[in-house]
Amino acid sequence: MTTSAATNGGESMISLQQLTKVFPGQAKPAVEGLDMEIPAGEIVVLVGPSGCGKTTTMRLINRLIEPTSGRIILEGEDVTKVNPDKLRRRIGYVIQQIGLFPHQTISDNIATVPRMLGWDEKRIKARVDELLAIVGLDPEAYRGRYPKQLSGGQRQRAGVARALSADPPVMLMDEPFGAIDPITRDRLQNEFLRVQQTIRKTIIFVTHDIDEAIKMGDRIAILREGSQIAQYDTPERILSAPADDFVADFVGAGASLKRLNLSLVRDVEMVQWPTVGIHDSRAAVLAALRASDKGAALVLDDQRRPVRWVSARDLGREDMPLSDVGLPAEAIVQPNATLADALNEMLQSRYGCAIVVDHTGAHLGTVDFATVSAAIQEMRRDARDRSRAEADQLHVADAAGA
Amino acid sequence: MSLFDYLNAQGDRLLGLAIEHAQIVIVSVSISTVIGVLLGVLTYRTNGPRYVALGVTGIFLTIPSFALFGLLIGPLGLGATPAIVALVMYGLLPIVRNTIVGLRSVDPAVVESAQGMGMGRYRRLLRIELPLAWPVIVTGIRVAAVIIVGIAAIAAVVNGPGLGKDIFRALARVGTPTAIPQALSAVLGIIIIAILIDLAFMVVARLTTSRGIRT
Repeated sequence: MTTSAATNGGESMISLQQLTKVFPGQAKPAVEGLDMEIPAGEIVVLVGPSGCGKTTTMRLINRLIEPTSGRIILEGEDVTKVNPDKLRRRIGYVIQQIGLFPHQTISDNIATVPRMLGWDEKRIKARVDELLAIVGLDPEAYRGRYPKQLSGGQRQRAGVARALSADPPVMLMDEPFGAIDPITRDRLQNEFLRVQQTIRKTIIFVTHDIDEAIKMGDRIAILREGSQIAQYDTPERILSAPADDFVADFVGAGASLKRLNLSLVRDVEMVQWPTVGIHDSRAAVLAALRASDKGAALVLDDQRRPVRWVSARDLGREDMPLSDVGLPAEAIVQPNATLADALNEMLQSRYGCAIVVDHTGAHLGTVDFATVSAAIQEMRRDARDRSRAEADQLHVADAAGA
Repeated sequence: MSLFDYLNAQGDRLLGLAIEHAQIVIVSVSISTVIGVLLGVLTYRTNGPRYVALGVTGIFLTIPSFALFGLLIGPLGLGATPAIVALVMYGLLPIVRNTIVGLRSVDPAVVESAQGMGMGRYRRLLRIELPLAWPVIVTGIRVAAVIIVGIAAIAAVVNGPGLGKDIFRALARVGTPTAIPQALSAVLGIIIIAILIDLAFMVVARLTTSRGIRT
């Protein structure tokens, strides 16, 4: 039920109520009457064009910027007026420049909040080592180093470790991967998602990059000027059913292609091409081909691993074994590959399809262009139906409320 | 009488004056550091007070030392007190200025992340900003110390302690055989003190700067 936690009022970690910020000397509010529920244990991405107020919104949550009006509820407690320093020690904070303290070792950097909270040194040391290991830095090698002795990617990891140090339930991340080269960024994103699998923090993640939002978010809030929510939804539905033209424009061209990154081969229906054993006779192959509407059959070895594609024409070479005729079986994917990966393989294959195998390499079926296209249609239909159903629910609720 | 003979005959007395000289410099620099760093810390974030602090301490440095020492005789009389007050005033500008520059050049992202982790104003200043600004502040104190070593010689006009006494005595007896070696030896002493203080500050700066920000 993760997709409906926000709309159905499931357990929310943070709740923003009519949150407004007007900066002195500015007529227009930077954030205007924002209502938002952030469900526990999810990554919520705030994304929008520059100047939309997404960073301001994030900084209102740990009150680096004090709201003009409205309320912030954290774990059921109104924190709008509590001591901001105490509040911030409960919220991890990672910014683009990371901001490690250059005069302190990595270990001292990570120990910052635990020391303020008065942990004893033994516990702090154990925690530092644990965190370094979690973010993939060898404690032995890195705890005594200074930030300048680390690469950009390593600093980023140390920054995440520092934000996690006192095990806060909530983390705020402002373009945390923004200043890192694309290859390292991709690796760090994947790593972070893996870490999140175990730590299950509630994370508010700010970015201007819709692709990063789609990759990182369990839920995405697309914001327009004044931090107005244009759409607050799962990545799947943002892509398949944008709420309006603003969202559609922001998501940009190629939404369907992006959407393919979010579904896996195992979720779609596979197509069965004829298969034959590697020791089968020519007659058996011909019979299999005639029984199907496909132009080729897939030759499997004794472990049912795909070896060759053979068509009727290839069978003319009577002197050669089945393992040598036809074309090599390429474009092989596993069920946990994304449809985007499968599509990429298909584009390179002779028969326009990707062979799906299990972890032992045994044949399961194939996916082809028609499969992918059908999957896209279905996702779109699903998203629309759900949006409509929810809209109806809201109307009912409104009517009941009135 | 040669300089060498003079040093031989008057060595012990000169050493005593030199120690006096160093003492008054150390006392003045210390007071100047406390006041200067405090002024810097109080004013570095606000434009108006910052300009006032820099302007006023800048004016101090432009007052001719002879005149300042003379002016202080009225309220403070003669001796070490007016000397120290004047020297403290001369030392302020480099210390205030470098404290402000040092604190203002701390990476804002570092300060923001400290604030975002729940470090309060004072903790941030003591644990993050001052340690990061420290190399610049130490340089300011070092410059102040070297300025004060020189100006301290003039403190003799208000009967202040130090090698300046010998310079003024020598000036009063120009033409006598010992006048030149006496003045020269005092000047030499002041130069040596300046060099030693400079070296001492280099060592102190290195020892008190975190390895993470040493260049």
